[in-house]
Amino acid sequence: MIQFIDACKRYPSGFDALQNVSLEMQEGEFAFLTGHSGAGKSTLLKLIALLERTSRGQVIVNGQNTAKVSRRRIPYYRRNIGFIFQDHQLLFDRTVYDNVALPLIIAGLAHREIGRRVRAALDKVGLLSKEKNYPITLSGGEQQRVGIARAVVNKPPLILADEPTGNLDPELSFEVMSIFEQFRQVGVTVLIASHDWELIRRLGHRVLTLKNGKLIADSRSTA
Amino acid sequence: MTPRDDTIFKDSVTRDQPGLRTSLKTWLLRHAQVFFYSLGQLWRAPMSLLMIAAVIGIALALPTGLHVLLKNAQQLSGGLDGAAKISVFLTTNASEAQAHHLQSQIQQMPEVSTIQFISREQALIEFKQQSGFGEALTTLQDNPLPHVLVISPQRTVSEPASLDQFAQRLRALPQVDLVQLDRQWVKRLFAIMAIIARGIDVLGGMLALGVILVVGNTIRLAIQNRREEIVVIKLIGGTDAFIRRPFLYTGFWYGLFGGLIALLLIGGAMSLLAGPVQQLAGLYQTPFQLHTLDLITVGQLMGISIGLGLAGSWLAVGRHLRAIEPR
Ligand SMILES: Nc1ncnc2c1ncn2[C@@H]1O[C@H](COP(=O)(O)OP(=O)(O)OP(=O)(O)O)[C@@H](O)[C@H]1O
Ligand SMILES: [Mg+2]
Repeated sequence: MIQFIDACKRYPSGFDALQNVSLEMQEGEFAFLTGHSGAGKSTLLKLIALLERTSRGQVIVNGQNTAKVSRRRIPYYRRNIGFIFQDHQLLFDRTVYDNVALPLIIAGLAHREIGRRVRAALDKVGLLSKEKNYPITLSGGEQQRVGIARAVVNKPPLILADEPTGNLDPELSFEVMSIFEQFRQVGVTVLIASHDWELIRRLGHRVLTLKNGKLIADSRSTA
Repeated sequence: MTPRDDTIFKDSVTRDQPGLRTSLKTWLLRHAQVFFYSLGQLWRAPMSLLMIAAVIGIALALPTGLHVLLKNAQQLSGGLDGAAKISVFLTTNASEAQAHHLQSQIQQMPEVSTIQFISREQALIEFKQQSGFGEALTTLQDNPLPHVLVISPQRTVSEPASLDQFAQRLRALPQVDLVQLDRQWVKRLFAIMAIIARGIDVLGGMLALGVILVVGNTIRLAIQNRREEIVVIKLIGGTDAFIRRPFLYTGFWYGLFGGLIALLLIGGAMSLLAGPVQQLAGLYQTPFQLHTLDLITVGQLMGISIGLGLAGSWLAVGRHLRAIEPR
């Protein structure tokens, strides 16, 4: 599903955020991406979602070399990836329902189908009762779950999450993680950036560790 | 609580492919939605919509109004040209009988409305009275003046070119010495109006440019206000076309309302002018009818207005959307 081959990312500032990263993730796999702040976790996810371009090496997602995706094709490419952002990226002038519906509206689904899927996604994250609320009236954890609902509403085969439990208490974090686990059970590939060691250990999935832009440990290959 | 719906999991990996007909239907539906959504957005801030539309309306009403006035002036001057007289001077040796024969011959021509015969004796008397050379002229042995036929052409031959042709045919007649068209001033008037028409075109062009810039700037501000929204839409796979669409429709609405305001302004100005023009026409006893906007001009005005609105928003969208990229 995801393959990095000696991938490097150098930002325009000249900073090397990722250096010679090679890794592979199978379809339906669940992995954590961890490392200190500034290690390059967000950068790695951004390369997959084509929010940044790889400087050297290759990143292949779903059999597609990301370097070969033209600027025009990027929107269609991104629709196959559910991205949960570190800072939610919700629209605060629209209701929860409208936020979650947005990917479906973009994809041009019929009105009835949109309603059905949005409610299913909101139900999944336990926010069905808040569909008419505005995000500003929700707690941080609830906002995060709206972001998750929006990421999964169009059934992407790959989910990337950047610190989805960043500002949640341990119990809520665990709940959010169990939502992701349910997705994996239906064949979705899940990659989560997190430095919540406690939680990572408790769930016992594959762990990729970055340090200063280098992949220094991969629990699967060492195991 | 609604019954639990697990569709979100069941076919996560297989993505559904809608048929061609349904995609066309949803495509149309989406356009219709954005079409009215953008109108709804504008309607929520009616004052700013009105301001932009008024700016467009005034900018378009000015050249269009002038254009209509010019059309009226052209029509009026066409009438004047029809009233221009043609003087046919006969050779001095032509007899009065010959002159009368020529008069009835010319009278048959389709271009002629009326024809008047002025005999050389009559002409001399008039000339003596009018010139003030009366005493001096009595000493003349011979009358140096020829017979003259004065023709009023039909209104239908008001075009300078067809008048020239007509004069050419008159010159070819026997006993005709000189044909004089009394219409130098009409030619000048036509030339002046051509210049005015060109001036209106230039003015219209500049104002059109102004409209494009005003709409462009307004859309640019709208884009900046919705920067976050654009970023989010790009993040979750919105195409440029999807993001562009509401802004283009906004430009469309600006153009539409601007055109309507221009029509109102011109209509108002015309109804103010109608009264005095009727009075003037009454004084001249001409059956002059003030031409207001015809359907073609209305259509052109609306088309241009909407076109300018779209052009302005297209320009802004093209220049500013690309600069907004998720970070
Ligand atoms: N647009 C950019 N331009 C230049 N440098 C950048 C840019 N984005 C990130 N960096 C740098 O790249 C490094 C890796 O950033 P990244 O966001 O991937 O870290 P991270 O592992 O996600 O950290 P955190 O846990 O704090 O989110 C950081 O040192 C950061 O300063
Ligand atoms: Mg980060």
